[in-house]
Amino acid sequence: MFLRIAIKSLMNRKGSVIMSMLAIAVAIFVLLGIEHIRQQARDSFASTVSGVDLIVGAKTGSLNLLLYSVFRVGAATDNISWDAYQEIAESDDVSWTVPLSLGDSHEGYRVLGTSPAYFEHFSYGDQRPLQLVDGKPFESAYEVVLGSEVARTLGYSLGDEILLSHGVVSTSFSLHADHPFIVVGILEPTGTPVDQTVHVPLQGLEAIHSSPRRLARLESVDELTPQSITAFFLGLNSKLSTFRVQREINGFAQEPLMAILPGVALSELWQMVGTFENILRFISLLVLVAAVLGLGAVLLASVRERRHEISLLRVLGAPPSYLFLLLELEALLISVAGMLLGVFGLYLSLLLARDRLATTVGLHLDPSVLTTGGLMIMLLVLGAALIAAAVPALRIYSQARTQYDH
Amino acid sequence: MAIELNQVGFAHAQAPETTVLQIAHWQVAAGERVFVHGPSGVGKSTLLNLISGLLVAQEGEVSVLGERLDVMSSRQRDRFRANHIGYVFQRFNLIPYLNAIENIALAGSFSAGTSRQNNAPRPESLLESLNLETSSWRKPTAVLSMGQQQRVAIARALINQPELLIADEPTSSLDQDNRDKFLALLMPLVEEHNMTLLFASHDMTLAKHFSKIQPFAEISQDASA
Repeated sequence: MFLRIAIKSLMNRKGSVIMSMLAIAVAIFVLLGIEHIRQQARDSFASTVSGVDLIVGAKTGSLNLLLYSVFRVGAATDNISWDAYQEIAESDDVSWTVPLSLGDSHEGYRVLGTSPAYFEHFSYGDQRPLQLVDGKPFESAYEVVLGSEVARTLGYSLGDEILLSHGVVSTSFSLHADHPFIVVGILEPTGTPVDQTVHVPLQGLEAIHSSPRRLARLESVDELTPQSITAFFLGLNSKLSTFRVQREINGFAQEPLMAILPGVALSELWQMVGTFENILRFISLLVLVAAVLGLGAVLLASVRERRHEISLLRVLGAPPSYLFLLLELEALLISVAGMLLGVFGLYLSLLLARDRLATTVGLHLDPSVLTTGGLMIMLLVLGAALIAAAVPALRIYSQARTQYDH
Repeated sequence: MAIELNQVGFAHAQAPETTVLQIAHWQVAAGERVFVHGPSGVGKSTLLNLISGLLVAQEGEVSVLGERLDVMSSRQRDRFRANHIGYVFQRFNLIPYLNAIENIALAGSFSAGTSRQNNAPRPESLLESLNLETSSWRKPTAVLSMGQQQRVAIARALINQPELLIADEPTSSLDQDNRDKFLALLMPLVEEHNMTLLFASHDMTLAKHFSKIQPFAEISQDASA
């Protein structure tokens, strides 16, 4: 009976109840959404690169180097000469290197020039190496290995021929039309920027930027040596030498280079994002406060309308605490309904925005929002709603104790 | 005695200096049907609220059905009212968004747990005996006519089989025709259930239905005099 009164009473005041329910839904949407995206972004960022001891590039900010070499965001300020790369790669401390040459694009996806070592040494997440779902790593200049999303979105399969263009706009005017590349491999999904990358050999990339005259002098394009690369990943024989090698590279005499530790740079990046993140959290908390205050206001207004109801319930034998609990129950029902609406809305939006977010910002979202953190937030919202409802509930309680005029 | 008041004095908490009721002694025997007559605004409702335990006198003894209301806790008074007293008002007798059945069941829900519940009448049979057509049972009571609402109110007041029925100007919102119908339905039910009836009204034409007529002025000494 108690629950039925609460439900029917709410339905009797549909307009204001739906409004405050929507306010709660929006608050939940914002709170959960921000928390969820934050968590997922953190996980996704932290898992983009592993197993790489140092990232080396031309002297720039360490964040910039991390962003363009790992996240393929932004552009390098300068290149590394092939000779300098060779010199460092051949030093005794270095176990392996993976050269990276960026700057081209295909249908809006970044083209990465690299060596077969990339497929051997680059790993992500918890030391997971790259795996091919189909085909094999490239071996000769005009072969290409696609990230899973590139293959899926553009509908490419093994044996397809594709053309690369310069720059990172999807409709580029300078098509390098002469040199088609053959798809020889497709990588499995990683949830990292690798999925959105078109991998080609350095030689192939060099070839499409070379004059026909230069190419004509060669027996095979596989002999091409690039003049420079954008950056390279480096693995050491012993982790103990990390800081020494980093110092040596930073002090490299021939050209201004810098080496960064991916873990350190990632946490630096995260700290920077962290401030922004706290501001977002604060704003979403304010949205919640506004929503529960609205709920309190709606219920407070209802107390005035319910004068007769209050004295009637008292006459029937309801103690004042019954009325207090009735209002709290109404607040609970409104917030739970708003919460379900908000969670459902968020789930739907994440589902719809997933592909877009993945392609545009490289953020991979899991639409399941009901994590422990999410449940904590919902408990917080319930608590806030009950506290806000305590004001009208106390009002109705004191009115129930003193008002008998019918 | 169904009701017994001794040396009762009452003033509203907001105005403690102004005595609203001052009753030396007043009593109603069990089974009596008392018509309390007096103009509006003299304190009839205050008297009824004291007897139902909604208000507490600052001084004196208030006994209802042999129990001292003035020494009970407020929770005990609420429970006592739910179990033993039926109430019908002039207006606003029902929760407007609940239907007739729910309104009656609501009154039943507050007295739950008493032994009398087992043979308590069902809301449906009460509505039937009060001639409320079945089609109106499940409508929100807000859409019922005043006459229909007052009949639901009687059913609501009777669901817990109270020993005492208090009616505070129950016919004042009804036209002459409905007023007669209301009393014609109420009086046999009161008789049948052997209830004590306390009926307050300013309308002297109703007096003929009652076994005892009690001018309010004789209960309470005029406090302002």
